Amino acid sequence: MTAPSRPQAPPPPPPPPIPAVKRHHWIVRLTHWMTFVLLAGMIMSGLQIYGAYARFGERDGPLYPNPFQDHGFPKWSRLGGWLAGGLNWHFTLMWPFIIGGLLYLSYLAASGEWRSLLFRPRDIRGAIEMQKYYLRLRKDHPPQGKHNPLQKAAYTFIILLGVLSVVTGFAIYKPTQLSWLTALFGGFQAARYWHFWAVWIFTGFLIVHVLLVFIVDPASLRAMISGWYRGRFPSHD
Amino acid sequence: MIDRRALLRLAAGAGTASLVAACGWDGGNAVRPLLLDISRFNDWMGEKVFFSKNRLAREYPIAERTALLPSYFISPTMPMLENPGAWRLQVGGLVREPQSLSLDQLHAMPRTSYTVKHHCVEGWSAIATWHGVPVSAVAERCGMLPQARYVRFDSFDSGYSNGWDLASAMHPQTILAYGMNDNPLPPTHGAPLRLYSPTKLGYKMTKYLVSLTFTAERPGGYWEDQGYPWFGGV
Repeated sequence: MTAPSRPQAPPPPPPPPIPAVKRHHWIVRLTHWMTFVLLAGMIMSGLQIYGAYARFGERDGPLYPNPFQDHGFPKWSRLGGWLAGGLNWHFTLMWPFIIGGLLYLSYLAASGEWRSLLFRPRDIRGAIEMQKYYLRLRKDHPPQGKHNPLQKAAYTFIILLGVLSVVTGFAIYKPTQLSWLTALFGGFQAARYWHFWAVWIFTGFLIVHVLLVFIVDPASLRAMISGWYRGRFPSHD
Repeated sequence: MIDRRALLRLAAGAGTASLVAACGWDGGNAVRPLLLDISRFNDWMGEKVFFSKNRLAREYPIAERTALLPSYFISPTMPMLENPGAWRLQVGGLVREPQSLSLDQLHAMPRTSYTVKHHCVEGWSAIATWHGVPVSAVAERCGMLPQARYVRFDSFDSGYSNGWDLASAMHPQTILAYGMNDNPLPPTHGAPLRLYSPTKLGYKMTKYLVSLTFTAERPGGYWEDQGYPWFGGV
């Protein structure tokens, strides 16, 4: 009797393909990348404009605290070359920036997508659970819809920041014709100040946003380009 | 078939790359004309959408005046008249009766005073009181013709000039100012006469005035011709 030949181990079955889910409508993808490019242009031309008077406060009046006081920004970070160029870029890009924003918000409203994005009081509890998970106080990833409650908070906040930057922009653009709006932000110099703050909050958001995409869910980048998601968090509302 | 995904990636990449290439640059010959076209659109928006003929700029108490209001001129030294007594404001163009007005004649016309906030295109703001005669009163005196659509203001500051839309020029707070903070207009701020309006940015308010011309064609201006927004309304 010959020893039976050792049966060859069958190759492991290929992992089941991750089902692709349709995640982002073309309007969302278009306005996302549009906003990215336009916002970069708005910020860079804004830094050019800032250099013409690099402080906040009335002449002879108290100044608002500003770590960038009396400092221009490096040439690579500016767009326009000089004040008039910066203004013309800023006042050109503002229109597609506003139109893109309105298109996006209209889509959210019309499609009902706002439900999976808008942070509401009922999300507070889920946000706490999510925070616990990130702080390793909880082992399992809490169940979520298209976005987890912390993402909802971040996306709701950034939309509000976009609105704030446009509205403070108009308060600076037309402080006499829209004096009520300028007064709402505490006057011309205060509106300039908040408009400038928006830049740094946008910049901070961008850094964290990109870091999280690559660290937590790289598949979401492809989803924002192609619309299809093949990642770890396919659950949907 | 062109891969849509690749196309989108290309578009995003191209947009970003073009922005990066644009750093510290005014757009070059390719983009500058487009920016100026949009600037024309913004002029139209400024005049037709944002500007109100009747809305008055907020007035401030005298106590809020800024101690030192910065002043600019383009000549190498401060423009001064050699013979101030001979100075006249020439009012002409599309009018029935061209005028040559002395400072005394301007003083005798309806007087407007207000304490308002000055907005500079650079981003600073300051409060001052201005005294003068409304441009609308001058238009009435010279019999402005209905074809007039713009006003051109010229100075003796190395040819500095500005072009205005008629609606802004006729605003009740748009004045030819001969006084500032209860005193005659100082040379730093455009003596003997300057244009003032709280509805415009500082660079639109011609100092060291010599003439005011009503026109049918849109006049340019010193900074406007170099790319600054023509309407310059606030």
